[in-house]
Amino acid sequence: MKVLVAVKRVIDYNVKIRVKADNTGVETANVKMSMNPFDEIAVEEAIRMKEKGAATEIIAFSAGPAQCQETIRTALAMGADRGVLVQTDAELQPLAVAKLMKAVVDKEQPGLVIVGKQAIDDDSNQTGQMLAALLGWSQGTFVNKLNVADGSIEVKREVDGGLENIKIKMPAVITTDLRLNEPRYASLPNIMKAKKKPIEVLAPDALGVDVAPRLKTLKVEEPPKRKAGIKVKTVAELVDKLKNEAGVI
Amino acid sequence: MAILVVAAHNGKTVRANVANAVTAAGQMGSDVTVLVAGSGCDEAAKSAAAIAGVAKVLQADDAAYANWLAEDIAPLVVKLALNYSHVVMAADSVGKNIAPRVAALLDVAQVSEAIQVVSPDTFVRPIYAGNAMATVQTADKIKVVTVRPTNFKAAAGGGSAAIEKIGGEGAKGLSSYVGAELSKSERPELTSAKIVVSGGRGLASGENFKMLETLADKLGAGLGASRAAVDAGYVPNDYQVGQTGKVVAPDLYIAIGISGAIQHLAGMKDSKTIVAINKDEEAPIFQVADYGIVGDLFQIVPELTAAVDKK
Repeated sequence: MKVLVAVKRVIDYNVKIRVKADNTGVETANVKMSMNPFDEIAVEEAIRMKEKGAATEIIAFSAGPAQCQETIRTALAMGADRGVLVQTDAELQPLAVAKLMKAVVDKEQPGLVIVGKQAIDDDSNQTGQMLAALLGWSQGTFVNKLNVADGSIEVKREVDGGLENIKIKMPAVITTDLRLNEPRYASLPNIMKAKKKPIEVLAPDALGVDVAPRLKTLKVEEPPKRKAGIKVKTVAELVDKLKNEAGVI
Repeated sequence: MAILVVAAHNGKTVRANVANAVTAAGQMGSDVTVLVAGSGCDEAAKSAAAIAGVAKVLQADDAAYANWLAEDIAPLVVKLALNYSHVVMAADSVGKNIAPRVAALLDVAQVSEAIQVVSPDTFVRPIYAGNAMATVQTADKIKVVTVRPTNFKAAAGGGSAAIEKIGGEGAKGLSSYVGAELSKSERPELTSAKIVVSGGRGLASGENFKMLETLADKLGAGLGASRAAVDAGYVPNDYQVGQTGKVVAPDLYIAIGISGAIQHLAGMKDSKTIVAINKDEEAPIFQVADYGIVGDLFQIVPELTAAVDKK
């Protein structure tokens, strides 16, 4: 079974982002970029499936500018077999990415697609569910644990009250939550080997997908700042403040 | 404009955050309908009808809707959505699962976790874990929006909307429900609690969380945790407060042994009053706390528990 994983190039999670002075977005020039952390979990899960013999080939998909090749290379260094990049400098929103992925899925016919539950830049949490909808496939979202068995997958999901177990038919789309696994680091020999693995580059037009954004960003602003308060010395002082100043207990 | 709010429920009552979603919906248009889909959901439909501001409740009873599987609920919502300008869900684990599937089937964008309704087509939503706020406008004919409940006041009770029973669409057979492992707790639910006591890696073990339980129970508080504490296995995943966990905005948030990673702050910085207890006086949590105590939590927490007791 082929497994398709999606990897998004985002501002590295350790970078403190800066809103542009003209309020058109967030500064991305000269900022460290990395693979979306939830997507690292997706790649890791696919690799573990291959190691267990449940997957035969792992295709790493990305969409965006030419530099997304680096993100795909990271996935290849972790253990994916080959890459597909839909290259465009246009702004891509989740629905467009889901449509591009659907076109690639139609071509590659994977039995399973694994994506991160959300990207840490736009925090949308949409693409996996949208892809499942467009394909008419089942979806296992916010997955904490999964087990492939006879054409279906037992999925443990992280939900508001705890965990939920469902069984979904394959083919399916999985979105990863934080505790599904701990992604590996790529070893140096594997980073070298990854340089020789193939990456196919496609254009959105060639896939027949209109990627025009549906949401127009009018402005991006700094969030209201919370003022730091005071330090108190004793518990008695704290309780007094909470009772008499804040009035919350 | 007619708005369809899709309500999650437990069979007896709709979730508390539906009242917040109704308030958000009321800011998008005046005619608010609530969809209650389920299996044997008479009581839940009645609870939705009692929310002030709801004009009508649609009750779809079908065995296929018993466990809220996205593959089965989404086609029902899509069919109904054609009569509305907006589809609104609370941005909880149900809304996040179902709404994007609905949006894609309608071929429209989704606005995720709106925190403010600027106008019927324009919304403010946090990006980069709340480190930036984006104002977005959608041109789609049907607008699918999930709303962050803590940013909208809960609509009052006392309503008496008409309940209309509609048919179900049946099961697609793509997925089936097996069971749930829900945390059992007598404490208030995190996202609606007035006070939240939260612990981080500073607690050093799951055993030590008992100390926080005692404090939480004295205060009638919900119990939360940082991602670090959940990842370390001290407490279950549903305790997690933060960008990828739950977003809370109680009157009082007490952060104990939590350093205050950006990821965590994103989930609690809208709290009215924040207290931080941490041994590291440089911890970022103190930059958002109204009241901070630098010191050993293993001394301070029992002292605080005793002091609260005397009130």
